[in-house]
Amino acid sequence: MSSRSRIGRQYWVALRAMVVFTLVLGVGYTAVVTGIGQLALPAQADGQPVSDADGQVVGSALIGQSFTDADGNALPQWFQSRPSAAGSGYDGTASSGSNLGPENSDLITAIGDRRAAVAKLEGVSESEVPADAVTASASGLDPQISPEYARLQVARVAEARDLPEAKVSALVESFVQGRDLGILGDPTVNVLELNLALASMAG
Amino acid sequence: MDSSLLAILQVGALVLVLVAIHRPLGDYMARIYSSTKDLRVERGFYRLIGVDARAEQSWMAYLRSVLAFSLIGVLFVYAIQRAQAVLPYSLGLPAIPEGLSFNTAVSFVTNTNWQSYSPEATMGYTVQLAGLAVQNFVSAAVGIAVAIALVRGLARTRQGTLGNFWVDLTRGTLRLLLPLAVLVAIVLVAGGVIQNFAGFTDVTTLTGGTQSIPGGPVASQEAIKMLGTNGGGFFNANSSHPFENPTGFTNLVQIVLMLAIPFSLPRTFGVMVGDKRQGYAILAAMAAIFVVSLTALTLFELGGAGTAPQLAGGAMEGKETRFGIATSTLFGSASTLTSTGAVNSMHDSFTSLGGMMPMINMMLGEVAPGGVGSGLYGMLILAVIAVFIAGLLVGRTPEYLGKKLGPREIKLASLYILVTPTLVLAGTALSFAIPAVRADVEGTSILNPGLHGLSEVLYAFTSAANNNGSAFAGLTANTPWFNTALGAAMLFGRFIPIVLVLALAGSLAAQPKIPSTAGTLPTHRPQFVGLLVGVTIIVSALTYFPVLALAPLAEGL
Repeated sequence: MSSRSRIGRQYWVALRAMVVFTLVLGVGYTAVVTGIGQLALPAQADGQPVSDADGQVVGSALIGQSFTDADGNALPQWFQSRPSAAGSGYDGTASSGSNLGPENSDLITAIGDRRAAVAKLEGVSESEVPADAVTASASGLDPQISPEYARLQVARVAEARDLPEAKVSALVESFVQGRDLGILGDPTVNVLELNLALASMAG
Repeated sequence: MDSSLLAILQVGALVLVLVAIHRPLGDYMARIYSSTKDLRVERGFYRLIGVDARAEQSWMAYLRSVLAFSLIGVLFVYAIQRAQAVLPYSLGLPAIPEGLSFNTAVSFVTNTNWQSYSPEATMGYTVQLAGLAVQNFVSAAVGIAVAIALVRGLARTRQGTLGNFWVDLTRGTLRLLLPLAVLVAIVLVAGGVIQNFAGFTDVTTLTGGTQSIPGGPVASQEAIKMLGTNGGGFFNANSSHPFENPTGFTNLVQIVLMLAIPFSLPRTFGVMVGDKRQGYAILAAMAAIFVVSLTALTLFELGGAGTAPQLAGGAMEGKETRFGIATSTLFGSASTLTSTGAVNSMHDSFTSLGGMMPMINMMLGEVAPGGVGSGLYGMLILAVIAVFIAGLLVGRTPEYLGKKLGPREIKLASLYILVTPTLVLAGTALSFAIPAVRADVEGTSILNPGLHGLSEVLYAFTSAANNNGSAFAGLTANTPWFNTALGAAMLFGRFIPIVLVLALAGSLAAQPKIPSTAGTLPTHRPQFVGLLVGVTIIVSALTYFPVLALAPLAEGL
């Protein structure tokens, strides 16, 4: 065999290998994992949909939502999520952070404005507003806020819903999720799940 | 609990897991690549593709096979993307344009997984599975194969051959990556990572708005994305997306996956050269750099210096609540000290000095512990350089593991060291030196003005040339200039080093083994580990300090 045809043969081998790998790794592997996932763990595999009291699916426990009016103003009867850079806010088709750098003047202005807005909404001083309330998350779909930010919102939500503050406060505490294994990540409150519980409580 | 204590505890948990798995995994890999027996399914596969599994290859033949397989891979992934409009499960998405298809094909074949596009708006399921997922497996297997070829070069005596690429590729895929990926994918589904073919589902939200919730076979993609140190996300937000990485637990699993094979390969190396201490010396150098780099990044981010982080009361811009700061920095360090490039927080929004750390991690050549395979061969090249420098100091012919390092070996190792800095610095410089390109880069691509914009471009070329794939993602890279220039950087940054490594492996394998004498530098003691760490840091510090001083350092100080 000449050396040229030997080199040509490598490409023929490579092509056949690629076809087989595509079938095994692209199709077979995915099919096996999907099959096991859908049979054994359907809720997780489908993204943990959550429903309201009427059984209507209103979202996913893992994907954050906006609780604002059409102009982006916070609705006082709901706990608020973090600022979001996904599309026009919590757009499930456009996950993204802001990617603004630490010295970017747009970001500096935005943080200042958000801090003032949150302080005004909650009726607290600007220094009491926690960092997660004024910063956009990495995914733009962050389903959670810090327990501090959740507690900051209790009084305003209780007033808007005409509920005793202690009751709303107790609800928030019951939704505080600790760190995984006690050490991984930070404690959180899931905003959609909290608001769903709040809605059924008011009803 | 205090945040630094928590940071230390979670690193402690990670170390425990890695210590527990590196031995069985390292030994298993040594067995896979040393065994003379083929599994039945493998024999069938070899017949199907027309390979004689017992035929040994010279370094040239081995290299030709690597290049043939990779070229076919690029063409394959390119063609699938161009045909997206007519493929099933494409979610109605159109064909992907030429420039982006080229960039993405190169990106996944070179184990970089740089993404110039937003996946949920660009790639349907067929492209993700038949194109990208397949390369996630095989590009990783290629990297390990090349590293094993170099180890064989060190282990063998007076032989003209390095093994058989097709056998190494097949065993790495079928015996190592595939079974582990299946196992881990199921663990990830249990942890909340989605796995379905639902497409986008519209729901009416609690406030009466509409939200479109994505679906997709994410867990299967995620498992091999991390295990193969690939890093290409199913979604634009990568591992910060709650469907890719929903909890602190899945996050730890993903970090372990990135580090498992790279931190176990030194053990494989030690077993295969018949002296485990040599493997542990390499491992110690990797671990030392890892710990120092992680500590620096974590302190910078917890410190939260800079105007925006100070005003916000913490560096939480671009970070997820469930991960917080220390879990984000651990992930970011692991991702850029390997060749993964996945992110669970946005590096572009890190503090100025914090954002410099991922760049430095990549500039070190991704050797602590580096990508699957590429980390080990990168560190072994640095070991050759370290032995050479030590030899110069005492005036002896350098030798490593009984192999004389003559002019040919040193030239190959030196060329290896020069490849990625040349690509990074030339690419960054050209982006600003060519007037028309500069206008486009500044007008279209750069998001953050001023020094940070230079950092975005520098980060992009550093990431591409080192086959990492992470980004200062504010940069709009889906332009003719970046798709082409970064594509070229990824190709050259992957395959020129592979050519040099295999050439080195060939010349080492042909040598006799010389017995060690009283004058031989021991390469398994702490002294050598220190020398190796020093060489790694000095080589890249000298190369990159000026450009770092122009961008992140100037911004942060």
